Amino acid sequence: MKFADFVCFEAIIPELKAGDRDGVIAELVSALYKVGRLGKGNCEEIIKTVIKRENEASTGMGKGVAVPHVKHKVVKDVVATVGRSSIGIDFSSLDKQPVYSVILIISPVDNPDKHLQVMESVFKHLQEEKFRKFLRQSEKAEEIEDLLREADENPSL
Amino acid sequence: MKMQAEENTLEKVVCEVGVEIKNADGLHMRPAMQFVDVANQFECDITVSNNENDVDGKSIMQMSMLAATCGTKLKVKAEGADAQRAVNALRELVEEKHFDEPVPKND
Repeated sequence: MKFADFVCFEAIIPELKAGDRDGVIAELVSALYKVGRLGKGNCEEIIKTVIKRENEASTGMGKGVAVPHVKHKVVKDVVATVGRSSIGIDFSSLDKQPVYSVILIISPVDNPDKHLQVMESVFKHLQEEKFRKFLRQSEKAEEIEDLLREADENPSL
Repeated sequence: MKMQAEENTLEKVVCEVGVEIKNADGLHMRPAMQFVDVANQFECDITVSNNENDVDGKSIMQMSMLAATCGTKLKVKAEGADAQRAVNALRELVEEKHFDEPVPKND
C-alpha cells in the first residue's frame, strides 16, 4: 500500500493552528470533511469519535508522531491526512514528548485487513528517522505531498 | 577451560513458538499495545516475525508494521533467562485470550 492510495493530499495541513490535541484532531477531520472525503458524515460527531478513541489509549507512539484513527461508517475506503505542528502538541505520548507530525486515519468498519495494511505502510516509514525528520521540516503542503510520494517510490525512506 | 565453563553458564535461553492471530480485526494498534506491554514485563529480548520481517516485540511502532490480519501466523522468539515465561505469556495473550477481542463468526 502506498501513501498516495489513502492520503488525501488536498487536506494536508502544513501548519496546524491548534495548540492542543483535541483542536488538532478537529482541524484534520474538518480538512477531510471540507474536501468532501467524509461524504454525508457529521463532522462534529466524527471529531468526537476520534477524540473518544484517543482518550481510550493514546496513539502518540513516541518520537514526535501520533496516528489518531477510527473506524467509521461514513467512509467506504481508508482515507487519511497529515498535519504538522511547529510548536509541538501534547498527545500524552508513550515517551511523554510533544508531537510534531500527526497522521489522521479514518477506516471503514467492515475492512479490518485494509486498515492493517495502511498502518503497516504508515509505520514502515515513521520508523525511519530520516522520514520523520523530513516530515517535521516540511513547511508547505506541497513539500509534504512530495515527501509522501517519494517515500512511495523509495521503501528505505 | 575455566573460561569455557563460565561462558556456558551464561548461555542464553532461547525459546520460540508459533502463534496464529485469531481475533477478527487482527493485530491493530490496541492488541499490538497489549502485546508490547506483556513483552516489556520480561527481561529477555523478543523478536516477532512474519514471513517478511523480523521486528522487536517490545516496540509498538515495529509491531504495527507486521500488518498481521486474522489468520496470520507469527513466530515469537525470546532470548534470555526468562524466555520460557515470556513465550508462554505471549502465546496465551494471542491464542487463548485473543486480546479480549471477538473472533470471526462461523457462518
